[in-house]
Amino acid sequence: MSAPAGSPHPAASARIPPKFGGAAASGAAAPAGPAPAPHQQNGPAQNQMQVPSGYGLHHQNYIAPSGHYSQGPGKMTSLPLDTQCGDYYSALYTVPTQNVTVNTVNQQPGAQQMYSRGPPAPHIVGSTLGSFQGAASSASHLHTSASQPYSSFVNHYNSPAMYSANSSVASQGFPSTCGHYAMSTVSNAAYPSVSYPSLPAGDTYGQMFTSQSAPTIRPVKDNSFSGQNTAISHPLPLPPPPSQQHQQQQSLSGYNTLTWSALGLPSTQDNLIRNHTGSLAVANNNPTITDSLSCPVMQNVQPPKSSPVVSTVLSGSSSTRTPPTANHPVEPVTSVTQPSELLQQKGMQYGEYVNNQASSAPTPLSSTSDDEEEEEEDEEAGVDSSSTTSSASPMPNSYDALEGGSYPDMLSSSASSPAPDPAPEPDPASASAPASAAAPVIPQPSKMAKPFGYGYPTLQPGYQNATAPLTSGVQPSNPVYSGFQQYPQYPGVNQLSSSLGGLSLQSSPQPESLRPVNLTQERNILPMTPVWAPVPNLNADLKKLNCSPDSFRCTLTNIPQTQALLNKAKLPLGLLLHPFRDLTQLPVITSNTIVRCRSCRTYINPFVSFIDQRRWKCNLCYRVNDVPEEFMYNPLTRSYGEPHKRPEVQNSTVEFIASSDYMLRPPQPAVYLFVLDVSHNAVEAGYLTILCQSLLENLDKLPGDSRTRIGFMTFDSTIHFYNLQEGLSQPQMLIVSDIDDVFLPTPDSLLVNLYESKELIKDLLNALPNMFTNTRETHSALGPALQAAFKLMSPTGGRVSVFQTQLPSLGAGLLQSREDPNQRSSTKVVQHLGPATDFYKKLALDCSGQQTAVDLFLLSSQYSDLASLACMSKYSAGCIYYYPSFHYTHNPSQAEKLQKDLKRYLTRKIGFEAVMRIRCTKGLSMHTFHGNFFVRSTDLLSLANINPDAGFAVQLSIEESLTDTSLVCFQTALLYTSSKGERRIRVHTLCLPVVSSLADVYAGVDVQAAICLLANMAVDRSISSSLSDARDALVNAVVDSLSAYGSTVSNLQHSALMAPSSLKLFPLYVLALLKQKAFRTGTSTRLDDRVYAMCQIKSQPLVHLMRMIHPNLYRIDRLTDEGAIHVNDRVVPQPPLQKLSAEKLTREGAFLMDCGSVFYIWVGKGCDNNFIEDVLGYPNFASIPQKMTHLPELDTLSSERARSFITWLRDSRPLSPILHIVKDESPAKAEFFQHLIEDRTEAAFSYYEFLLHVQQQICK
Amino acid sequence: MAFTFAAFCYMLSLVLCAALIFFAIWHIIAFDELRTDFKSPIDQCNPVHARERLRNIERICFLLRKLVLPEYSIHSLFCIMFLCAQEWLTLGLNVPLLFYHFWRYFHCPADSSELAYDPPVVMNADTLSYCQKEAWCKLAFYLLSFFYYLYCPFCTWISSALTVTPSTHSLDFMNVWWSLLRI
Repeated sequence: MSAPAGSPHPAASARIPPKFGGAAASGAAAPAGPAPAPHQQNGPAQNQMQVPSGYGLHHQNYIAPSGHYSQGPGKMTSLPLDTQCGDYYSALYTVPTQNVTVNTVNQQPGAQQMYSRGPPAPHIVGSTLGSFQGAASSASHLHTSASQPYSSFVNHYNSPAMYSANSSVASQGFPSTCGHYAMSTVSNAAYPSVSYPSLPAGDTYGQMFTSQSAPTIRPVKDNSFSGQNTAISHPLPLPPPPSQQHQQQQSLSGYNTLTWSALGLPSTQDNLIRNHTGSLAVANNNPTITDSLSCPVMQNVQPPKSSPVVSTVLSGSSSTRTPPTANHPVEPVTSVTQPSELLQQKGMQYGEYVNNQASSAPTPLSSTSDDEEEEEEDEEAGVDSSSTTSSASPMPNSYDALEGGSYPDMLSSSASSPAPDPAPEPDPASASAPASAAAPVIPQPSKMAKPFGYGYPTLQPGYQNATAPLTSGVQPSNPVYSGFQQYPQYPGVNQLSSSLGGLSLQSSPQPESLRPVNLTQERNILPMTPVWAPVPNLNADLKKLNCSPDSFRCTLTNIPQTQALLNKAKLPLGLLLHPFRDLTQLPVITSNTIVRCRSCRTYINPFVSFIDQRRWKCNLCYRVNDVPEEFMYNPLTRSYGEPHKRPEVQNSTVEFIASSDYMLRPPQPAVYLFVLDVSHNAVEAGYLTILCQSLLENLDKLPGDSRTRIGFMTFDSTIHFYNLQEGLSQPQMLIVSDIDDVFLPTPDSLLVNLYESKELIKDLLNALPNMFTNTRETHSALGPALQAAFKLMSPTGGRVSVFQTQLPSLGAGLLQSREDPNQRSSTKVVQHLGPATDFYKKLALDCSGQQTAVDLFLLSSQYSDLASLACMSKYSAGCIYYYPSFHYTHNPSQAEKLQKDLKRYLTRKIGFEAVMRIRCTKGLSMHTFHGNFFVRSTDLLSLANINPDAGFAVQLSIEESLTDTSLVCFQTALLYTSSKGERRIRVHTLCLPVVSSLADVYAGVDVQAAICLLANMAVDRSISSSLSDARDALVNAVVDSLSAYGSTVSNLQHSALMAPSSLKLFPLYVLALLKQKAFRTGTSTRLDDRVYAMCQIKSQPLVHLMRMIHPNLYRIDRLTDEGAIHVNDRVVPQPPLQKLSAEKLTREGAFLMDCGSVFYIWVGKGCDNNFIEDVLGYPNFASIPQKMTHLPELDTLSSERARSFITWLRDSRPLSPILHIVKDESPAKAEFFQHLIEDRTEAAFSYYEFLLHVQQQICK
Repeated sequence: MAFTFAAFCYMLSLVLCAALIFFAIWHIIAFDELRTDFKSPIDQCNPVHARERLRNIERICFLLRKLVLPEYSIHSLFCIMFLCAQEWLTLGLNVPLLFYHFWRYFHCPADSSELAYDPPVVMNADTLSYCQKEAWCKLAFYLLSFFYYLYCPFCTWISSALTVTPSTHSLDFMNVWWSLLRI
């Protein structure tokens, strides 16, 4: 427990899963994507705090200067989570936390141990007081867990760059990258910009859930089993906590061990084990550790014995602090991480609790883990080298002590979140009482108990100590790996609930996410910080293992038990997927046999249960399968007989290198074909110059291997092929004018090896822009060109990039203009949203069959019937880019955008001949899919290409009642051929709890996911039916869900429009959707724009889509460093979000609107001249030009802040947005104002009116 | 009752109804094939198989599309015949399906000229299960109407025989009908 509650340091609570120690470390080390050299807080320390009942709290203050941690050469890659954490820290982390100047660590005699890992980075272990008292012990477990899972979010935004995933080698990459955390600069207690409003809610309801369902489901477990329980109960790492959380970690645990380096190596583990016994844990540092790493780590090791029950509260004074290393002179931060690695040996995954407390947060949260956990932790501590960093905060963690360990991590996370914490400070007495009461009772399924070999038999519930773990590790003959059944029983949950009830909610039974909100009276519905995904209410262990919400989200994080319940809730159920996302860390597994369920073919995943050493039970179909011999050996630890510790079972996102079973033909090479429009219109627009330039620059960066092939075709009214065969002195142009029956003039030499013919290709690219300058050909024979491209590609498959600038007017697939400009603002019927011909659809299907994807770049100034053209990409799994009114000189911002998009497009990862299959637990079934693909059989999506920017959505229905299960799992498996010619399978597994009450369903709503799914459904509806139908359906979705809530869950007066807190943004987002280009009526919208918006809704991943639907508005003329985060040694200010209403705009200010693909900076008339001069570079408002798309690089503080903020926003997305600076009086301001969705327009409601409308509908 | 036009209608519809039953069965099989890919999962992921599978899907969809018009027109023919024969009850039984067919045929997405069986659309699990249900319902309906067409004239004859003295004509008709039933 030593972790001081209020450690200011953001970095403090990073946690590394012990098993992958090496990996974990690497993760920590991993630089935040965006920020190459973030100052890392203490490495990815894991904090586990377990306080056995009766244990005094241990404080550990670790000061870990940022260090680079490199992992040892473990085979396996580091855990994704860890990396994320690292990213998280670096990127999101707002340093702001108080500077902790001196942390004093109280060392308790005997307790402390120093761990020195790498020579460079000695870890200092802070001693913790271990006071174990049997009585108190139960209460005292505090786990501080860093919420790592969320970190992934961060990655999303922050760091596209960090991508180490591919290398099979595993996670070594981090070390260099790991950011150093520059904590020092920021000194505010202010909250980091990232707030997770949702978290607290999750916690709370989590509690509810547990309290309600848990008791019924699971039998109470005996104390004797406590060891087992603990194993099970390891809380998963919290969801991405706001940076604050990281900052403050408090871990109250008997042990705090800091492990900087992950334990990839067996040797290290050995050491650990020894340490454990000896009570000294020596972490081996990998030699690779960079200098910067030197982190003194303090670990507090508590002797198992009962120390006087001292309130473990770590007051600042008590905390020990190690001076920051030289590297981080600036940062006084001490982070204490407590490693919890109990489970490895036991075969359990560790649940480690890291309590993060935000020091700044008024409510300190201490997570307490069960007594049992403590035991485990002790063991773990010995076993693992986990680095725990706790920042010593001046504030004592009184709460921890008070709680008596009753708090789960969740609480801590919630507390740390900047969002106003609902949880009041708990009355210590009351809090502790429930906790203690809860602790003794550990629910376990009776059946589970036997198998739990890994349980720690040795540990007495009351006294668990380090000694036990050793034996336990060896013993478990039949470790039951985390099975579903087990964790439901999670004792921690019970405690949580009880503690929550007492503490955080002020005895309110309702979780935060269910707190009723009166929508019409709540004026500031939008939180000040970005909305994060709610955390499924699972036990911490599972939570830690669960898939990152960036890759996999469900609209309901609590799955209703029956379809009837779902119907009652009137909420959409579905999944939002981003399966091929750029990951910074990804375990890559090479093995001869990929372990899959024999009946449903599910890949083995962290949520299966091991019945004994040799058998595992599938979590989707419940079939019992054998564990193959090969699987018994764990390459990570080089140990035998521990299938549950294999990386497949430790990570919910893994990548397998497929064996030859998975291919009939050799993997295809990367093949790229460019089909370019060179008609007069295209030459006028001038895109060829930009394209050829981009290609020349990125030719070497095209993903591929030595077999990569490339080809070019151009077309106007005829089709031109280019013979680039090696040996020619210059490219040969071959013209085919017979467009009715296209043939390939020289089929063999049109697609050529990139490396063999590089010179010719360069010649061609240099010549192309000027070849057609004088063309008078205005026709465009796109259809025949596509047919030719298809013929060219069919032997291999690959990617066709089509650049088109006008309506195709010749040959097959010719289109007529269907748009009536007078109908653009019609409020009635919007026609022609569907294709005019099925030519493109058929072509796409043919292409899909030949593993060819068609990507469309439409650069046109007039109507081009995107609705028809888009079909070629939609069904062939391509992507669509649209640049309205593109012109290389007249519209420089579009030109710039094309250039940047092309750079990303050409160099991003790509997977060929892919298929994606989504499986779910028996009882659930998938129906409609959304995205760009072709459905080949009901659960198999055929993707000719997969790119990292593609998102998918799936609608689910519940076919059978889920009453006999408490968890459901979803698994996405994406099989693809990498650009290097490897067949790979990327598997994501998501686990969610099942609930039986409507209130729980509402508590678990992920409103962003729900909106994105609704948007997808609305697109389908508007195409198959009509736009007005779709709009009605959207409104009805709000009306139905809110009225269902009002009539069933809330028993408040019906006159007010009430919504659960989890749904409070629902009406706002729906209104935003209604005003989105895709669905708006009454405002003039070009048909192509509308169709493009629809295409984007269908194919964008959730994070990007949300920004498109509901832009973020920031005030940027008064940026301060308050709450700023550090990325790449840059300070990135984090201004609060403003609601999208003109009332927030003041003439004296300047505002930045982030719409995803475009940024607007609106400058008010009365804007301070200092700002205009310092940031925009003009003396006054009047001199700002009308068209301005760049911020000048001025050497002023405010300019630097503004630019770093914008750059930071930009870095977080794949396609670079363009920036428009809009003066208050310029005509362009309409563009800006149309995004102010809370305001009234001639054609649409204001937010308040919309609420009234909804209310009226409900009352009807 | 003589061997009237109505009787002829019943006979003809009996034969055609058998054809419709085969259509419905074929639909059910086709949708089933669309729904499940009988290859092993590993094979399913194979690009070569993907091609076959896609071709298969397109072929099935093509056939499905081909069958739409014949089925609808045969059924419309029934209705027209019964209308002419003034068999109001039978007509009444068929009219709902007739309207459903009209709705199906003309209710297609905004601009596309295609019918419902468009590969990307029909492969949607939702659509597919709808289509399959539809096919089962139609099969049941056609089976019932088959027996209805089979026995209805007989019942009519019985009832008329009870009220009117049988004539040679009607006996002829009866013989014909009986011979049919015996087949």
